[in-house]
Amino acid sequence: MNVPEDLRYTESHEWIKREGENIRVGITDHAQAELTDVVFVELPKVGRAANTKEAIAVIESVKAASDIYAPVKGTIVEANIALEANPALINTDPYGEGWIFVLKLDQPDDLTNLKDAAAYRQQIG
Amino acid sequence: MSVGTLKTTALKDEHMRLGARMVPFGGWLMPVQYSGIVDEHQTVRHAIGMFDISHMGQFLVSGDGARDWLNAMLTNNLAKLEVRCGQYTFLLNETGGVIDDLIVYRIGEADFLLVVNASKIDEDLAWLERHRPDAIQLRNRSAEFGGIALQGPLAMEFFREWIGPEQMAPARNHIADFPFSSSTISLARTGYTGEDGFEVFFPTTVALEVWQSALKIGAQFGIKPCGLGARDTLRLEMCYPLNGSDLSPERNPLEAGLGFFVDLEKPKFIGREKLIETKRNGPSQRLVALRMNGKGPPPRPHYSIFQEGRRIGEITSGTLSPSLNIGIGMGYVSAASAKTGSVLEIEIRGQKFPAAIEKKPFYKKS
Repeated sequence: MNVPEDLRYTESHEWIKREGENIRVGITDHAQAELTDVVFVELPKVGRAANTKEAIAVIESVKAASDIYAPVKGTIVEANIALEANPALINTDPYGEGWIFVLKLDQPDDLTNLKDAAAYRQQIG
Repeated sequence: MSVGTLKTTALKDEHMRLGARMVPFGGWLMPVQYSGIVDEHQTVRHAIGMFDISHMGQFLVSGDGARDWLNAMLTNNLAKLEVRCGQYTFLLNETGGVIDDLIVYRIGEADFLLVVNASKIDEDLAWLERHRPDAIQLRNRSAEFGGIALQGPLAMEFFREWIGPEQMAPARNHIADFPFSSSTISLARTGYTGEDGFEVFFPTTVALEVWQSALKIGAQFGIKPCGLGARDTLRLEMCYPLNGSDLSPERNPLEAGLGFFVDLEKPKFIGREKLIETKRNGPSQRLVALRMNGKGPPPRPHYSIFQEGRRIGEITSGTLSPSLNIGIGMGYVSAASAKTGSVLEIEIRGQKFPAAIEKKPFYKKS
C-alpha cells in the first residue's frame, strides 16, 4: 500500500496535506482498497465549520456508507466537486484527483497530534 | 460473533490464496470479493464468474410418499415437477410467513434434493423434522457436500470444454450427473444472477479439485472467482429476493409478489389458508422495485420510503446497480402506492431523494 512520506494521517484513514494555513484531506490508498468501488460522495458544504473528529462527508461504496471526519478544527473552504461526477477518482487517485475537501485551520499548529507515515504504516500493518 | 466461531467451507484456503476479503455471513466466513464487486459483477454479465455456494444447505428427502409430503410442506406444485427438474418454492409457517425460499430438485422418482439458505439450515431442518412421517427419510448432507455456481453468458461454451463437447448439458431448471475425477458431480441449470449458468453440487472431498479445474478451464473465457458482494448486486438487479432482508416470517410470498411460485389450487400446504385470505383481500403491503432519479446516494436497508410527505414503507435491499449505474432497491410499501411509475422519496441521512417504482426486474438482457 502506498503511504506517502510527506503527508500526515488519522486513525480513521484520512490523509492530510499542509498547504499554508489550510489542509487538503482525502482518504488513504489503504482505505479506498478496503472500501472498494466508491459510487457516491457526499461533500461538506463550503463555509461550514467543523470540529476535530466530526463526521462531515460520506463515502458510499457498493456495499456500505462510511463517514469521513475532519482531522482538526476549522472551516471548509473548498470541496472537490469533480467527485460528484466521478466518485471513482477516490479509487484511482486517492492522494491526487481523489482529494475530498480543503479546510482552513483554526489553529495553525493543530497538526502535531496527527500520525506520520511510519505510524500510519504501523497501524495498517 | 467472533471469527473463530464461524463455519468455513472446504474452499476457504483457496479463497485466501486468491486474495479474497473474507467476511461473516449467516454464521459462515465467506469471500465478499476478490478483484472488486463491480469487476466481478461485470464478469458475470459479460463472461463467466464462479461463486462458492458451499455454505448453502443440502437436504435429501426420499421414501414412499416423499413427493406428497413435500407438496404439503412447500408452496409450489411438486406434482408438476418431472424427474431431473428443479423448481423454486417456499417453506411457510402456519401464518403464511416465509421460513425459507429454496430450490427443490426431483433427482429420482421419490428422491428430492432441497438447496436452502445457509443461515436457515437448522430452522428448516427442525421444521421439516417436526412434520415428517416415519416412512420418509430426511437427511442433512450439508457438511459432506459443497457447491459452486458458474454464471454468465459463456456458461455453455465453458460446459463444452469442462464436461466435454459430446455431453448434453441439462436444460433450464434441469439437473444432471456427470463423472468427475473419482466422484460424481451434479450440474443444475439454475442460478441467482439472471445469467445462464450452472449450480454444481459435489462431495467436499473433491471440492478443491472441482474449483481449480473450473478456474483452469475457464481461463480462456475470462472466468473470475466472485464473492457475495457481486452475488448481491446481481440478484438485486433481477429483483430476486434475499431471505432475511426481502423475505421474513412476517411476510408472505403474495406480499413479496412471488405468487407465481405458490399453487393455491393444491388441496393443502402449510400456510395455504392465510394465503387464500391474502389473495381474497389483497395484501396490505407489497414488495416493490424502486429506482433513484438521477445521481445521488444509493438506497440501503431500513431507509424510510415516503410518498407526498407520508411514510409508506421501508427499504429491504438496496445498492448502486453496476449495470445501470444508478441506485436501485426493493422495499415494502402500502398496496395503494405500489403502482409502477409511482413517485416516492427515500430518506437518506435526513434528506429526501426522489425515486420511482419500476417494473421488475431492473436488468433486462439486451
